[in-house]
Amino acid sequence: MNFDLTEDRQMLADTLNRYLADQYGIEARNAVAYEAPFHDPAKWAEMTELGIAGALVPEEQGGFGGAGFDIAVVFEALGKGLCPEPFLGTLLAARLLGAAGADLEALVSGETRYAVGLGEIDAAYDLDLVETTAKAVEGGYALNGRKSAVYGGQDADVILVLAKLNNVPAIFSVEASAAQVVGYGMIDGGGAAEVLLEETPATLVLENAVEAVADAVAAGRLALCAEAVGAMQANYEILVDYLKTRKQFGRPIGSFQVLQHRTVDLLTEIEQARSITISAAASLGDEDATLKAAMAKNLIGRAARLVAEESIQMHGGIAMTWEYAASHYGKRLVMLDAQLGDTDQCLSEVMQSYAA
Amino acid sequence: MDLSYSPQERAFEEEVRDFLKTSLPDHISAAVRAGGEMTKEMMQEWHRILSAKGWLATTWPKEYGGPDWSPVQRHIFEVECNRYYAPRIVPFGLAMLGPVIQKFGNERQKKEVLPGILSAEDWWCQGYSEPGAGSDLASLKTKAERDGDHYVINGQKTWTTLGQHANKIFCLVRTKFDGKPQEGISFVLVDLDTPGIEMRPIRLIEGGHEVNEVFFTDVRVPVENLVGEENQGWTIAKFLLTHERTNIAGVGISMQALEEVKALARKTRRKGRPLIEDPLFAARIAQVEIDLEAMKITNLRMLFQAQKQGHPGPETSILKIKGTVINQELRDLARRALGPSAAPFPGAITDGNLALSPPDTANNAARYFNNRKTSIFGGSNEIQRNILTKTMLEL
Repeated sequence: MNFDLTEDRQMLADTLNRYLADQYGIEARNAVAYEAPFHDPAKWAEMTELGIAGALVPEEQGGFGGAGFDIAVVFEALGKGLCPEPFLGTLLAARLLGAAGADLEALVSGETRYAVGLGEIDAAYDLDLVETTAKAVEGGYALNGRKSAVYGGQDADVILVLAKLNNVPAIFSVEASAAQVVGYGMIDGGGAAEVLLEETPATLVLENAVEAVADAVAAGRLALCAEAVGAMQANYEILVDYLKTRKQFGRPIGSFQVLQHRTVDLLTEIEQARSITISAAASLGDEDATLKAAMAKNLIGRAARLVAEESIQMHGGIAMTWEYAASHYGKRLVMLDAQLGDTDQCLSEVMQSYAA
Repeated sequence: MDLSYSPQERAFEEEVRDFLKTSLPDHISAAVRAGGEMTKEMMQEWHRILSAKGWLATTWPKEYGGPDWSPVQRHIFEVECNRYYAPRIVPFGLAMLGPVIQKFGNERQKKEVLPGILSAEDWWCQGYSEPGAGSDLASLKTKAERDGDHYVINGQKTWTTLGQHANKIFCLVRTKFDGKPQEGISFVLVDLDTPGIEMRPIRLIEGGHEVNEVFFTDVRVPVENLVGEENQGWTIAKFLLTHERTNIAGVGISMQALEEVKALARKTRRKGRPLIEDPLFAARIAQVEIDLEAMKITNLRMLFQAQKQGHPGPETSILKIKGTVINQELRDLARRALGPSAAPFPGAITDGNLALSPPDTANNAARYFNNRKTSIFGGSNEIQRNILTKTMLEL
């Protein structure tokens, strides 16, 4: 047992943190995160150049990472910098394509931007209920249905789609230009898309994709947890700084015990969040990966919302403004709960493990 | 980062299990399982068994007779001891006074005090709190006045846990009466058979006798029983409380409590099916199980940190706050799982055939009430938040 990052991972974290702090500060971020295409393609290229996509892919598939702790290190840094680049899609695609033994070169180089369509409006989290279907046609397959909340879909080259083929979940690859992609910006920055499929030509990537999808969801949840840890830490630091400098009644508001104890409770929850993310990272790829990721996402959902809401409340009016960085962190922390399974969904998955 | 046990750690886990299977007496584990009060004899018997094995002073360095375990080994030992229902180690000598003597004691005190703790011959108790000095410990009034080569102690201590079994007590006393209250406190060792000491039981909320009041009337204690310097007691007191906190997460105890809650919820039937299939109750269990899963890792992370620094840091207050809340939640669920069957006093229904609940679960209401203490003692959770405010937030 050991809680130190390896030298390589520490270097990756340092590199990414430095890049985001120097090149992608909150003002640069806000300038792109809320306007189409809801990220910065030039920054995307620079970041993939730094090896961010490669870090999400195992060595034998052309990357140099892909383990739980690689994912955690990358996404914690992305969260700390509140980065809107669509690496969640990269990760989900890497897991699915990896399971299929497909070529990941264009993913690792950043040449192809992937997004992954799993959920639907009436099947946001319970993926066994998706209704998009695939059928064999001459020269390939055709898809019909609507994928919802496809993160990064607004500016993707290729969209991987979960659809049922002969009633069995399978993964297909769709050229974004071949589907009707309705992109939109999200309230917490970054973009997503609704993907409408109507006899849309597709390539089969993976038949019988239940296990691969479970693995991708576990990896995606881990990534979101790590992102939340980074964002919580950053939000917390902004808050503590403010408590030291903001004066009311003639003294710093941080001198009031009612705020001190609430802040300490945030510290406690952030440490717990860090721990449960380590637990999920350690088990990724193992038998209990799905359970541990659900546990993590549940705790993170609770902790992240607490940090966001308490930070806004303790700051007072300033954190209600668009100007102030903490408000953007707060939005991200609240909204990531709804990605790939929220607090309640994950809790109910943990409860499933009690069934005799 | 690597959360898996090494082959050596796995082997150690096996060794601990084998030891517990062969050496933990059945009558002792049965008493722990029943959740009632342990007799002095049972606790001493278990301490002696551990002492003979060399596993009693798990946190002590090798030079003082500790087993020189890593944080992971200590974690494994704690988890397995709880799994097999071994009694809790009485911490006052081993976890509190021992480290104090090792750091602040002189050579003579090390020779006199440590062996008695290690052999389980001496039973130490703690004289810290007073009726007027709880969270505000530094306001303590029990005074020790110099008279030749003796201190003369007058005053009252309270909340002295298991003092009824002890033969010795370590006390914080006031030796200086002007200046800042923190600067006039000293740490002294007292034999409980010294004339002028009276111990009276305090009956607790659930009816048990666990804590005591201790009255000191002209108690003469040799000056050589002072630990460290005169008026240096506050530094020692803070050091001791930090050490007390390291094991306070209670991860092992909570892991066992979680298993008990699940077992109870499988046995109890509501709406015609096991309680654990009731989504409301299952959700409560799941949430605390998740918090505990995180706590296990938080605990290990902080043990590792403490090992790196050579001493536990202020962040261990987090363990105390969160660990006690998790344990209290589990005790609450165990009580609620029994429903009305939790109400009878243990042993109140003398005919076993009429008992409302299985005999090994009969103490769950008592244990729930007793466990409310954990967020109060050892520096209340509010005091822990003050410590974190100062040290971690620097507010």
